[in-house]
Amino acid sequence: MTEYVLRFVAGGVIVSIFSILGDMLRPKSFAGLLGAAPSVALATLGIAVVEHGSNYAAAESWTMIYGAIALACYSVVVCHLLMRFHLAALPSTIVALAVWLAVAFGLLAGFGGAA
Amino acid sequence: MLVKLSSDALKQTRWYEYGVRFLLGGLATVFAGIMGARFGASIGGLFLALPAIFCASATLIESHERRAKEKAGLSGRRRGQEAAALDAAGAALGSLGLAAFAAVFHLTVSASTAGAFAAAIAAWAAVSVAAWWLRRRLRIVSHARS
Repeated sequence: MTEYVLRFVAGGVIVSIFSILGDMLRPKSFAGLLGAAPSVALATLGIAVVEHGSNYAAAESWTMIYGAIALACYSVVVCHLLMRFHLAALPSTIVALAVWLAVAFGLLAGFGGAA
Repeated sequence: MLVKLSSDALKQTRWYEYGVRFLLGGLATVFAGIMGARFGASIGGLFLALPAIFCASATLIESHERRAKEKAGLSGRRRGQEAAALDAAGAALGSLGLAAFAAVFHLTVSASTAGAFAAAIAAWAAVSVAAWWLRRRLRIVSHARS
């Protein structure tokens, strides 16, 4: 339980820091870079190294590459849903989660995890 | 336009919006941990790049822009969508940096944990900024030609 409280607080703090920095940066396209900041990864990989060792963290970071590629596809789809289909931000970001899941798990199925 | 850092934008953010981001960030981190513990490192690793807080941040950006336009007596719906789309375009470029973060961490963590984090963050920043700058240069060149 303590571990999950620690994860929650660490994740919340790191995400908030990157979000505030993103609010302060201009232009918006540059601030958007922080939308793909490694906030969750920083908190999770730190705990993974302490709890399971560096091999486990290395295995997690390998498939994180697939997650990042999926995030790029997700962001492009969100952009198109907003600009071409005139959807609002909330439905666009929720609908596009299907793309993230499909690409991330598709890459994992195709290329596998770390050896 | 040069990259600028301004605290003015923070005045637009309401107190509960910070709370929403903290809550979603915390929940996304706990969720990634649960997925790793339940299904192993390979599945857990995917969720380190889950766009969990992107829903909240894009919605907040859209509502800030809409409110600003509506204050001026204009309909801000389209402007809000455009601002959220710009943020998503930036996130697409930032994802390249996130992939670089993961690759560098994967290659260096066995040598030094602190060094791996430092190198991975540096890779994320360098690749993200380089991708943004390159896209900006290409847009300037294509606009100049047309």
